Amino acid sequence: MKKLSLTLLASVTAATMFLSGCAGGGAGVDGGTDASIAIGSLYEPQNLDNTAGGGQGVTEAFNGNVYEGLFTLTDEGAVEPLLADSFTTSDDGLTYTVTLREGITFHSGKKLTSADVKSSMERVVAEDSKSARKSSFDVVESIETPDDSTVVYHLSTPSISFPYNLSYIWVINGEAKDLTSTEDGTGPYTLGTWKRGNSLSLERWDDYWGSPATNGEVVFTYFTDATALSNALLTNAVDIVTTVQSPDALTQFENNSDYVVSEGNSTTKELLAFNDRVAPFDNAEVRAALYSAINREKLLTSIWGDYGTLIGSMVPPTDPWYEDLTQVNPYSVDRAKQKLADAGYGDGFTFTLDTPNYDPHPAVAEFVKGELARVGVTMNINVITPDEWYTKVFTERDFEATLQEHVNDRDVVWYGNPDFYWGYDNPQVTTWVTEAEQADSTDEQTATLKLVNEQIAKDAASLWLYLYPQIVVAGSDVTGYPVNGLNSQFFAYNIVKE
Amino acid sequence: MTSYVLRRLLFLLLSLAAAMVVLFFLLRLLPGNAANALLPLDATPEQIAAAEAALGTDRPLWQQFFEWAGQMARLDLGESFISQLPVLPEIAVRLQVTVPLTLMSFVIAALLSVGIGFVAGYRADRWYGTALSGFSQLGVAVPVFWVGILLVWVFALGLGWLPSGGFPRRDWAYPGAALTALILPVATIVIVMSASMSRYVRSATIDVLGSDFLRTSRALGATSGEAMLRHGLRNAAVPVIAILGIELATTFLGAVVVESVFTLPGLGTMLLTAIAQHDYPNIQGILFISTVFVLLVGCAADIIQRVVDPRLRTSLSGNR
Repeated sequence: MKKLSLTLLASVTAATMFLSGCAGGGAGVDGGTDASIAIGSLYEPQNLDNTAGGGQGVTEAFNGNVYEGLFTLTDEGAVEPLLADSFTTSDDGLTYTVTLREGITFHSGKKLTSADVKSSMERVVAEDSKSARKSSFDVVESIETPDDSTVVYHLSTPSISFPYNLSYIWVINGEAKDLTSTEDGTGPYTLGTWKRGNSLSLERWDDYWGSPATNGEVVFTYFTDATALSNALLTNAVDIVTTVQSPDALTQFENNSDYVVSEGNSTTKELLAFNDRVAPFDNAEVRAALYSAINREKLLTSIWGDYGTLIGSMVPPTDPWYEDLTQVNPYSVDRAKQKLADAGYGDGFTFTLDTPNYDPHPAVAEFVKGELARVGVTMNINVITPDEWYTKVFTERDFEATLQEHVNDRDVVWYGNPDFYWGYDNPQVTTWVTEAEQADSTDEQTATLKLVNEQIAKDAASLWLYLYPQIVVAGSDVTGYPVNGLNSQFFAYNIVKE
Repeated sequence: MTSYVLRRLLFLLLSLAAAMVVLFFLLRLLPGNAANALLPLDATPEQIAAAEAALGTDRPLWQQFFEWAGQMARLDLGESFISQLPVLPEIAVRLQVTVPLTLMSFVIAALLSVGIGFVAGYRADRWYGTALSGFSQLGVAVPVFWVGILLVWVFALGLGWLPSGGFPRRDWAYPGAALTALILPVATIVIVMSASMSRYVRSATIDVLGSDFLRTSRALGATSGEAMLRHGLRNAAVPVIAILGIELATTFLGAVVVESVFTLPGLGTMLLTAIAQHDYPNIQGILFISTVFVLLVGCAADIIQRVVDPRLRTSLSGNR
């Protein structure tokens, strides 16, 4: 018996050594124009259809890579025509006429026509659509396709964001089926294989209308925790990590010439959102007092070290209507105490903060609790799951205050909706948000949204604690990847591996 | 014996039915729902209502239960709420990882622990017997995920010999790469499992060593080795088989944790994802398959025990 187990041990060891010798087999070409790029991500698609709940993962893998829109949001945040060759707007702003680029075909070989563009929009606004952008197109009254290369949109009210919103609509072959597990787009890649729970690969499409991708294949490899993802990068199992969510992991890559750490522009905001409907948070003075009581600089440093940005309102620097408003409610314990006294809460009060149970919220909650204790406010922390958050906070509005990360760009407009979960209700702001959307020019839109921005800061509608950093880490032999990843996009077609 | 097997199988079916009822209703106690997991943050109440209607989660619970029970009876596991793809083929794909992981771990751990446990019991008075018991004590004390992290740290990050996790996307098309991916996960399970299993083998061996029949056999002239071979091993095997049955089921379920440490696309990670998304068809499908497996193993262990030990047969059938 003793002999048997020793033999076994020996053979296991031998097998280990043999197999490790051939590890990494089948990974494809290593470098050059046909290189296979391995991208590590935490966001696996739920399915491949963004109108059927595909989620953030399918946007990351497919947007701009497999599917294209009439317009695109570049990594720098500009809206540019893509499948649209040109477009005109009527004087009253109610009609958009888009001319399609010539000679574009889908991966299946079918020619792109205006009918496909129309049906793609219809998929997004359909009754059973689960698209995040559905409500953006409430203004569309009808769509006409006078010929194969022209699409005319008739709107009920002017909508200055219309081209921007169109950048979210993937143009899909109107006759394509089974879109939850297959695709038929016009982008520079076709879908290779999707192994659920594991990886999704894209292969360069040689008949692409534009400049071909600078790599032969892109493989998104999916992880469920940040540590496993960092380990994969450390062992060269992946070339790029799209978003680093764990500050601790960064130390392994900083000051290491094998890796490049890039900080891009993020749109993810850490919010302490009050339920502005309930006392004492219906009082702007109280909200502002609490904002001033929190040393946000110290908070950001304790969570992210040297990364991340302080903000004084909902608007990140990449939105056109950004202004630095961090000094509207500066950190000052005296100011906080004064405002609390003015509001009649000189002796403080007690409230409960519903805190999602994942990073960084619990740590942020503990920090805030300590800060508020100094101005006499007692905060109880109630830890909840993401599901409970949706039900209790978002749907039933059964909360006093909560923490949440808000990821979208241009989402300041939600403060114009008094029915949103945080219940901020300022009729002036609601009017401005409507006017901004119906503005005649982007300058006018920007000017009006700046007013919104300033007003919500003054009202301390919520407490915008900080802007997350957007960090991409890659091997130093890889270049050409996007660093901002706005709205979860990750354009892969310019990536080059030596 | 045949009637015992039939009775045992009937009992298995009843257990399965009871387990599925409990499972169905317990799952519904989880806060939240699948419609929220599917929809974006700013979904309108109308969108949520439409999604719930499409999924059927807006109907009374008893109605959902009977529809599902009917499906199960036809062995139809349905379609995932989230991916909208059929559950059964997805489970089949995931088993390509979980089954090899479980079986390799189990076979290696069983052989190792029988060896270690026997030596530790038979030679409990020698230094190596004590050392082996020490190893099993240590192995029982550490959690599986910790062993996994330690192995990754040493063999993947430190020495760079093995991948830190993941599975080749072409599955078993390159068996070398697939096996390489499974070495650390298997080692993790083997270490923890052989530690706990060898303790049972050791105590079974010690029990047999002190038994009257072994002393009698020695008195009749057998050497201690002969006595052990002829009478000892078979007697020591009876409790060990029962434990092995339980441990095979434990390995299968323990693979959930190990798959998640090593990001292996197996049944375990599929289950965790499904739970997070309230993907009831997926959760129920996986638990159904797992329950069937665990019950079958328990049933097989019971039957094998009876084959090995005639005493169990006579005493029990005598009672009926």
